[in-house]
Amino acid sequence: MAFKAGVITFPGSNCDRDMAVAIEAALGKPAIRIWHGDADLPEGLDFIALPGGFSYGDYLRSGAMAAKSPIMRAVVNAAQRGVPVLGVCNGFQVLTESGLLPGALMRNAGQTFVCRTVALTVENTASPFTQGYNQGETIRIPVAHHDGNYFADTATLDALENEGRVAFRYNEPVNGSQRDIAGILSENGRVLGMMPHPERAISPASHPSLGGDDGKRLFEGVITALASA
Amino acid sequence: MKVRILVRLKPGVLDPQGRAVHHSLEGLGFDGVEDVRIGRMIEMDVADNTSDETLNTMCEKLLANLVIEDFAIEKLEGEKETA
Repeated sequence: MAFKAGVITFPGSNCDRDMAVAIEAALGKPAIRIWHGDADLPEGLDFIALPGGFSYGDYLRSGAMAAKSPIMRAVVNAAQRGVPVLGVCNGFQVLTESGLLPGALMRNAGQTFVCRTVALTVENTASPFTQGYNQGETIRIPVAHHDGNYFADTATLDALENEGRVAFRYNEPVNGSQRDIAGILSENGRVLGMMPHPERAISPASHPSLGGDDGKRLFEGVITALASA
Repeated sequence: MKVRILVRLKPGVLDPQGRAVHHSLEGLGFDGVEDVRIGRMIEMDVADNTSDETLNTMCEKLLANLVIEDFAIEKLEGEKETA
């Protein structure tokens, strides 16, 4: 398949390799690794993933400086052209800071770093990322974050709900997120930001504490959606 | 010119850090603390002719996240700077 996927690495990213491995597991070939300081994306990229970690040391605010990095100007342009972009954890923070997704991610309400596998409800199955799941299905995906408390004003939250842009919701409060939101989609459904780590749940052989394989269908969904488009 | 920027969470946005510190102050026996809000102070040395507009743009584009934060810019010019 000519499908080209890219994973961006920022200084401080630490889930970039996991992301590339997850994409390779679903796609059957490696993702292209891209450095934050590059001004341009490789030609003909079909899918871009922003990994978890602590870009720029989380200085200022999580994701704030990464969102202004040279490569992100190219990513924003690509997203506006309709290239699917997935941001996980720090990648989600980068997506809100860059304006590709609404709202902001604040310090967890409980002030503690949360690191465990959580149950999520799939709220939307109409996007490339979520089409492999069933509406209302419960999946188990690991979280590991300190700043995953999703915040947006009431009007924005209502709009997200009404437009079916809440992709995943925690089955129980995890970090103080408004309306237990774990992941949201852009208006056109082609940008997904989520705090849980689907790339850590791609193999049935994974120890249950690492989340099993419920994340794999997310990557397969993107590839299937684009291959058939 | 020295510029001091205060970035604060907007009123109504939950500040778990402030709440934890509030709790700690109470634990130390300080009664009557109504609320604690924690922000960030950013000091910059900038060219004297830096316009207010430029300083505002810096805050809006990077230094503050307007979804959750407000900012206030304080210029410490002339005698204030040497004080």
